[in-house]
Amino acid sequence: MAEVNLVEAVNLALAYELAHDPSVVLLGEDIGINGGVFRATVGLQARFGAERVRDTPLAETAIAGIAIGMAAMGLKPVAEIQFTGFIYPTLDQIINHASRLRHRTRGRLSCPMVLRSPYGAGIHAPEHHSESPEALFAHVPGLRVLIPSSPARAYGLLLAAIRDPDPVMFFEPTRMYRLFREDVADSGEALPLDVCFTLRQGGDITLVSWGAMLHETLAAADALGQQGITAEVIDVATLKPLDMGTILESVAKTGRCVIVHEAARTCGYGAEIAANLAEHGLLSLLAPVQRVTGYDVVVPLAKLEHQFLPSVERILHAARATLEFT
Amino acid sequence: MSTVASFDIRHTRFLDPQGATTQPLPQFTRDPAVLVALYRAMLLTRLFDTKAIALQRTGKLGTFASSLGQEAVGVGVASAMRSEDVLLPSYRDHGAQLLRGVSMVESLLYWSGDERGSDFAVPRHDFPNCVPIATQACHAAGVAYAMKLRREPRVAVCILGDGASSKGDFYEALNIAGVWTLPLVVVINNNQWAISVPRSIQTGAQTLAQKAIAAGIEGLQVDGNDVIAVHQVAQQALDKARGGGGATLIEAICYRLGDHTTADDATRYRDAELVASQWALEPILRLRNHLVFRGAWDKDREEGLNRECTGLVNQAIEAYLATPVPPPQAMFDHLYAVLPAALSQQRGAALHFHASARDSHG
Repeated sequence: MAEVNLVEAVNLALAYELAHDPSVVLLGEDIGINGGVFRATVGLQARFGAERVRDTPLAETAIAGIAIGMAAMGLKPVAEIQFTGFIYPTLDQIINHASRLRHRTRGRLSCPMVLRSPYGAGIHAPEHHSESPEALFAHVPGLRVLIPSSPARAYGLLLAAIRDPDPVMFFEPTRMYRLFREDVADSGEALPLDVCFTLRQGGDITLVSWGAMLHETLAAADALGQQGITAEVIDVATLKPLDMGTILESVAKTGRCVIVHEAARTCGYGAEIAANLAEHGLLSLLAPVQRVTGYDVVVPLAKLEHQFLPSVERILHAARATLEFT
Repeated sequence: MSTVASFDIRHTRFLDPQGATTQPLPQFTRDPAVLVALYRAMLLTRLFDTKAIALQRTGKLGTFASSLGQEAVGVGVASAMRSEDVLLPSYRDHGAQLLRGVSMVESLLYWSGDERGSDFAVPRHDFPNCVPIATQACHAAGVAYAMKLRREPRVAVCILGDGASSKGDFYEALNIAGVWTLPLVVVINNNQWAISVPRSIQTGAQTLAQKAIAAGIEGLQVDGNDVIAVHQVAQQALDKARGGGGATLIEAICYRLGDHTTADDATRYRDAELVASQWALEPILRLRNHLVFRGAWDKDREEGLNRECTGLVNQAIEAYLATPVPPPQAMFDHLYAVLPAALSQQRGAALHFHASARDSHG
């Protein structure tokens, strides 16, 4: 057992799977000798060779397209798109091909690939380095969309993603890469896909979030706790397909729900969860579901990004409104 | 000033439009039976194509993309491939697909709107038709990389159109094929039309083949109406790739004698006289003339082959028309390896409403 941060946990999972499954191949820009711009792949090329940890030309469409071709041939490519701001050229490949290959060939060909990409705001990055496009991909049938929110979940979910027989979008919260350390056993044990993780039990209100926003959400739960209010905190983790059962069970208990995400509000993934609560949990609700999200604006550059990101204060404000609703 | 690099693009042709030889023929043509097999494959493709259009016109098939006039490209390329190679076609490559073992029933099912048409019994590793232009070029590079990584003597073959050579996917795939020395052959079926946009306003490049040069791979041009030439250059490119020599781009020049698809009306944008003049260059008559010159073909054999191929096409059409539509759960069956729990309710709804619609229609 070693204390690692989130980006080190990603590295551990990649190394484990490279060592144990010869069909795993990493590809992306600067992932080789440089070890990735965030160092997620550091040391892997030296250990596993340049053929299996492959620097690609600077061509995102090709990175996704090549991964599809490799996956169809039975390899397990794990491709890195350096930042989600540069993921958009891959949309054609991911939406038109990766997500559909199994379906359109009746299972004759499939696409067991993972596309990893650091995402999110809050690290004072340049323009186009701070977006949260998870809802775009969660809209696409045939994909899985995963976002870890701790080193242990990054390790276990990435292993599960690589072993999954279908295409997985794996978004890594940059703000959490080095935010904290925790014990992660490098045991090769995967976490289950398609389930939410209840990080904290509580009976008064349900706080639902994913990725880096879990940091503020847990802090808000702490603050509520000091006032004698127990918040249940759910990490969605797999956005697609959504484990609505866990969220509905929690809301059946608390009757109140606040959803927190940093992506823009309109058609953000919180809307999907809120709609599901309205469809399947209306009679459990004691108050309207609240969303605390990024504003419907272009993600601002570094100087204003913390005004854009939901703060503990904004989460508490929504939680109080929910709790006080009668 | 000095020249740091210079290039040239070779053009290959063995048969002129009348079927006369323009240079000594390659070795493989010595046995006329080999040429007859190529002739048969082209004829079958055209008969299939003609019948498919007729089916569409009578409401028995969906939109169909004809390969009329381009038979030598697909047949020339596929006849040079080995069964273990992988074909990544566009949506106009029936000639190549039929020769690879895709059945006419599968092809008709595909064009009728049935996913089972892409579940080829043979060849299991070939990619299905690719509709988003040039996207399969990147898949082909990935397939080729998988082959290279496993040290397999196999080659990925991608066929795409002249319009596709304007797309980024095409350039990105060629670039990677060059820098990674991939076992890849990319064939441009330059039929000179991207729906209504002619080759002349598609690119300012003198040839499409020269687009290979910037990627560091060999680019060459071939008379796409001369199946002997197409087969020969494809064979050389495949041998080179299989031997570790890397990728080749082949520009095969032919002409789209039909509409873009059955949903298109080419008389809106091109002159009928121009199309008529192109019929003098078409590939099937050219090879037939050559076979007749060599005494390897006559009217009886032509009629016999026509009968045989027409019979095969008709048989396929019967089997296709007798295939029931897929059940509604087919929408869900292969979306994921295992249907996620979150989707089981929607699958149930599809079955429920299908059953009640059936009941109400008696």
